[in-house]
Amino acid sequence: MPEIGVEKSSLPNSKFLRDNIDLPEVGQLDLIRYFTNLSSMNFSIDTNFYPLGSCTMKYNPKINEQLSSIQGFANAHPNQKDENLQGCLEVMHDLQNELGEITGLPGVSLAPLAGAQGEYAGLLIAREFHKYNGNDHKKIALIPDSAHGTNPASASMAGLDAVTIKTTSEGDIDIDDLKSKVNQDTAVLMLTLPSTLGLFEPNIIEITEIIHDNGGLVYADGANLNALLGITKFGELGIDICHSNLHKTFSTPHGGGGPGAGPVMVTKSLESFLPYPHVKKDKSNYETYKPKNSIGRLNGFLGSFGIVLRAYAYIRSLGSQGLREISENAIINANYIQEKLKSHYTLTSSRNCMHETVLSAIKQKENGIKALDIAKKLLDEGFHAPTMYFPLIVEEALMIEPTESESKETIDQFIECMIKISELSENNPNEILSAPINLPVERLDEALAARNPVLTWKK
Amino acid sequence: MTSSPYIPSTDNDRKEMIEAIGVKNFEGLLTDIPKNFLFPELKLQDKLSEPELVEYFTELGNKNVASKIKTSFLGGGSYNHYIPSTVKAMIQRGEFLTAYTPYQPEASQGTLQVGFEFQSMIAQLFEMDVCNAGMYDGPTALAEAALMACRIKRNNKIVIHESVSEKLLDVLKSYSKWQDIEIIHADQINISKEEDLACLLVQSPDKNGEIIDVESFSDQIHEKNGLLIQHTYPTSLGLLKPPGSLNVDIATAEGQSLGVPLSFGGPYIGLLTCKNEYIRQLPGRIIGQTIDKNGKISFALTLQTREQHIRRESATSNICTSTQLIGLMVAVYVSTMGPHGIKHIAETCFHRAHYMAKKIDQIEGFNLLSKEFFNEFVIQTDISVSKINSFLLENDIEGGIDISANGKNLIMLAVTELSSPSNIEETLNLLGGLSE
Repeated sequence: MPEIGVEKSSLPNSKFLRDNIDLPEVGQLDLIRYFTNLSSMNFSIDTNFYPLGSCTMKYNPKINEQLSSIQGFANAHPNQKDENLQGCLEVMHDLQNELGEITGLPGVSLAPLAGAQGEYAGLLIAREFHKYNGNDHKKIALIPDSAHGTNPASASMAGLDAVTIKTTSEGDIDIDDLKSKVNQDTAVLMLTLPSTLGLFEPNIIEITEIIHDNGGLVYADGANLNALLGITKFGELGIDICHSNLHKTFSTPHGGGGPGAGPVMVTKSLESFLPYPHVKKDKSNYETYKPKNSIGRLNGFLGSFGIVLRAYAYIRSLGSQGLREISENAIINANYIQEKLKSHYTLTSSRNCMHETVLSAIKQKENGIKALDIAKKLLDEGFHAPTMYFPLIVEEALMIEPTESESKETIDQFIECMIKISELSENNPNEILSAPINLPVERLDEALAARNPVLTWKK
Repeated sequence: MTSSPYIPSTDNDRKEMIEAIGVKNFEGLLTDIPKNFLFPELKLQDKLSEPELVEYFTELGNKNVASKIKTSFLGGGSYNHYIPSTVKAMIQRGEFLTAYTPYQPEASQGTLQVGFEFQSMIAQLFEMDVCNAGMYDGPTALAEAALMACRIKRNNKIVIHESVSEKLLDVLKSYSKWQDIEIIHADQINISKEEDLACLLVQSPDKNGEIIDVESFSDQIHEKNGLLIQHTYPTSLGLLKPPGSLNVDIATAEGQSLGVPLSFGGPYIGLLTCKNEYIRQLPGRIIGQTIDKNGKISFALTLQTREQHIRRESATSNICTSTQLIGLMVAVYVSTMGPHGIKHIAETCFHRAHYMAKKIDQIEGFNLLSKEFFNEFVIQTDISVSKINSFLLENDIEGGIDISANGKNLIMLAVTELSSPSNIEETLNLLGGLSE
């Protein structure tokens, strides 16, 4: 570490000074070994097939990591003036355009730092829009019972009352239930498309019309956008607002649980409500500004720029044709798995799925094998588990999303393993129940962790 | 063949899979999508090969002054600190970089143990009982802390001390606007005459770098049954008293200064710490220690009944990330520095800043306004701030933030260990030249 190197000044008043810092002391080699060995205890996309449904665990291209560390970006200070940041602003502006084109919703803000913040931004936009039009009474958010938990949580933060809409056994909106609950107080319908069951909502046009007829807006949770690139556009279906998780569809690394980014996209008529700072192009210059009816500032600076840059690089490396191929291959891979496993597990729908399929382990449960047990056995076999017990409306759910990144060979191995586990559930369930045994730890006592929280290291 | 470099399936693989599925072609899988809306035209920019990408992004990077500057005195919530090689090496490990949230703890002990280390080290640095696994960034951590106080106290009055920056306040407003919450400015009321309050928010070092006597507010707010919340700059805690010894109930910070690149404002990490008694109202991910079925110490996400995937609309927050990779950077940074390094960096920032501030004050037409500061200070000048900054930039030096107000030219400068003594001397000479 550098010496202080200048004449020392007198320290602040002693009442402000710290006496002692209690932190670990460790040599660099020991530190590198410690963290490197910890890393080897993880499953990751770089090491394992990771078919975690709704999370879109695709390949994270190495080139994007390299590009994000270019000095002009990595050292760019967010409090520098716009004129000295034209490269950063151009990246943001161009990604705004690309996401607008992909979703058919041209007003794009890259400010939200995660999907849940994108959702929250979308709902704030809906609220400000209604208020602007003198419709303060619109305070109801209609949310299907199959929705991700962040939907009702975001609605509640936005001061909206969540009203649950029933879905059919296949996860489609129950139109009669929707009609009975929609009214002039409806602010917004929150819809995941494709649904959390991995199916495209066949009545989407009718649904958006019903909401619009009641003066409401339709918000699409874009968590499953990986199925729709060049396949269909939210904006053309009558959707007014959506978000997209750049760490899902656009390949930025999940990092063990963030950082992500959750841009929000809106129709032209909602553009003036976007969060600030927003980026626009004025002649040949890029500049930040505050949209006229902006919902406000969502974070300290301009969003998760490092993630935005990676996502932009991903889109540029694929182009229109390449992006459509992403969705095409993701959909084919998911349907192939669904077809091969449908006689071994219970399908929630006989329809073709989009980019993910939801299986139920109710058959295996008869032999005492739950979705959780299947998940643990998969880990033992070197596959990350699918998402378990979600959506909530499917009993013993296993949600499988292979993405386009996996080879047929890997997918076939996974299918074979799933079939083997199903057979084991009949012949030797104990082998499944004892799993995992090949990992650094066996099944954890998670109840103990909650009952007696130990959240920091104690001497 | 596909045009994508990231799709492994061959034409033959696709053909085999489509046949196995039992449809005629890919379109046969899309029967749920209304025909009129299928395959819209997509007009994106042309695709680039990998070498073209490198060239294109390098050129874009060169359009930022950051590509050529020698040193920077910009601060205001984001600071230019040195990032040790150990940090860069560890985040490149794909096992950390490309894993997901540790929902399957048996296959995620690496991420979980790092997160536990992070929580432990931040709690120690702040001398607070507990820390969650990470928030989006500093401002959102403070906003969530204020909402947390409202839940704990079942009270909707948040008092903001004048030390809190405009940006922090703006984010709090966006987070609280529709939740029936009242934001009150401390200088517009007499706290002792108020009814009960939810909390008082104080920023120290404050929005202009000044050290605030946070503890002096403790009795005032606690008498009103409210919580004392401090937002701080973690690098300063190598020298200054931590929130835990100032009778603070919840402390937050922007974690960027602990090993995270400037990266035009993100991704960063929000640090959120509190006293033990408030953990059930903490938002975000929390990692706890437990045992596996053989009694082996292990780690898992815990206290999840607070969270959105279980509590839905009654959750403590909608957040479902912990910004885990940035938490790894912070954990490796703090371990690399150790207690002595953390202290040394803080002292270096302090002494270099004070040296520079005193020397600038001696230049004619420049007056130091700050009194008791850490590493960021305000100078009043006769010359316009934009003129100063442009002149410095011509010499590849990033000047300060223009906070001019009421007809006064005011510049705020931050000094870190990356502003070397020779950088400082050069800057002083340039400023001296300007005043002549």
